Amino acid sequence: MAGLEDLYKEIIVDHYKNPRNKGTLPTPPAVEEPGTNPYCGDEVVVYVQVDDGVVSDVAVEGRGCSISQASLSMMSEAIKGKPVEEVRGLIDEFKEMMTGAEPDAGDVMKKGELAALTGVRKFPDRIKCAILSWNTLGQALDKSDDNA
Amino acid sequence: MALDVAAIKADFPVLARLVDGQPIHYMDSAASSQKPTAVIDAMENYYRNGYASVNRGAYQLAREATQAVDAARTAVARFIGAPHAHEVIFTKNATESMNLFAQAWGRANLGAGDVIVLTEMEHHANIVPWQMVAAEKGSEIRWIPITESGELDLTDLDRILDGAKVVSVSAMSNVLGTINPVRRIADAAHAAGAVVAADGSQYVPHLPTDVVELGVDVFVFTGHKMLGPTGVGVLWGTTELLDAMPPFLGGGDMILTVTKEGFTTNELPHKFEAGTPNIAEIIGLGAAVEYLEGLGMEAIREHEVSLTAYGLRALKEAYGDDIRIHGPSEPANRGGIFSVEYKDVHPHDLGQILDSHNVYVRAGHHCAKPLLQTMGIQASARASVYVYNDESDIDAFVAALAGADDIFGF
Repeated sequence: MAGLEDLYKEIIVDHYKNPRNKGTLPTPPAVEEPGTNPYCGDEVVVYVQVDDGVVSDVAVEGRGCSISQASLSMMSEAIKGKPVEEVRGLIDEFKEMMTGAEPDAGDVMKKGELAALTGVRKFPDRIKCAILSWNTLGQALDKSDDNA
Repeated sequence: MALDVAAIKADFPVLARLVDGQPIHYMDSAASSQKPTAVIDAMENYYRNGYASVNRGAYQLAREATQAVDAARTAVARFIGAPHAHEVIFTKNATESMNLFAQAWGRANLGAGDVIVLTEMEHHANIVPWQMVAAEKGSEIRWIPITESGELDLTDLDRILDGAKVVSVSAMSNVLGTINPVRRIADAAHAAGAVVAADGSQYVPHLPTDVVELGVDVFVFTGHKMLGPTGVGVLWGTTELLDAMPPFLGGGDMILTVTKEGFTTNELPHKFEAGTPNIAEIIGLGAAVEYLEGLGMEAIREHEVSLTAYGLRALKEAYGDDIRIHGPSEPANRGGIFSVEYKDVHPHDLGQILDSHNVYVRAGHHCAKPLLQTMGIQASARASVYVYNDESDIDAFVAALAGADDIFGF
């Protein structure tokens, strides 16, 4: 099997132990969306506030394995202050990076910390851990659209 | 007589496998056990040399297949102390067995306000079937609570049992390893007028079992945790209960006759075995029972108590307060299950790290989410032992836990 160093990269462990943007946001104006993996029990909660088509603020909480929680933390940094349309593109790009036929990440992913998560591809049963927060974010943005 | 584990390991082909050039330590038998050559051969022999369906064909191969299934039923009955082989109903697994009982018995006997008693340490297979029938019938579910040390708290038992129609309890917890006082609960439940079922999925593979001594009316377990194949389980019930209980699945084999107006049910066990059964799997389970009898269930229990004591001691000596081991601390009161929390490492990460050392354990909620909620935890990493494990497996498990320190630096 692949070495654990591909899975537990330093940056991932750092985000796990020191999660960024941890907390909650008042709803409204933000929306709150919970997500869970039924098989392993990983839990995340994503709060996003959208103003004028831009993700103006984000907060996250969760409980689960290092991959699910590090991915959540890294995602929160990657989307803050970005236009919703760009964030939706990032969701697609991230999922393609984790599950697509070619592990080749898009430009944004390549340059960012998120690329560290490509190592998870070698551990197929952990991919769902990495994707949970991004799926939940997509649902949060849908909810935000509905409220707008 | 002590088990000869080296000889037993040689009976299990997969345990000779090397991964990354190293031996494997299979410690997930509480989820599913490995299979000895005797079981694999029995199933292959049926398909290769004697395949036919059962119960009707008037030719040599069909007679042999029918006799093989009958022999497996007799072996299982003997193995669990069932008074009659016809009381052994073959199902797909313990989950199906419990659904069969909850649906067939529950629909006929439960009504609005009737009480179903479960415990806080049940597997989902002994919770959800009851929630389904309770929702349909408007029945109430009450829970026998657990103590801090992971044992059933029976102080309020009489009050909990008041008005109970059915009590269904795990004989041994798949998370804590706790061996429950089934007899005591059954006697109290009977005195309160309730029917008693037990989930023996973790119990039957590991302890000498006598359903009459346990005092239950219904007993369910699965084949794949006791060296048998997947796809076969057992529902045992007293003749009296099974005769009175309406059928569950309708179809071939379970009828005496069918007309346009209706049907009459066949005698036991066929009444509850509609359709062509998993013949090869039943034959495999029969072979597993004979293999376990060959080792001796008393010897197996002795081996596992000794390994459990060794494991509990080794974990504490190596990690002290950095490790939390769920369930009773006394090996005589528990099975060979080590559900652990190590420092702040998440159980899934722990499982991944152990995997990199070829130590195979289960991480997750173990299909017992209400129990984990009660315990205030989200998941645990669970190692479990069986006939083919020895102290070297425990040593590998204990040593591999420290691998988490290198990665997470806790």
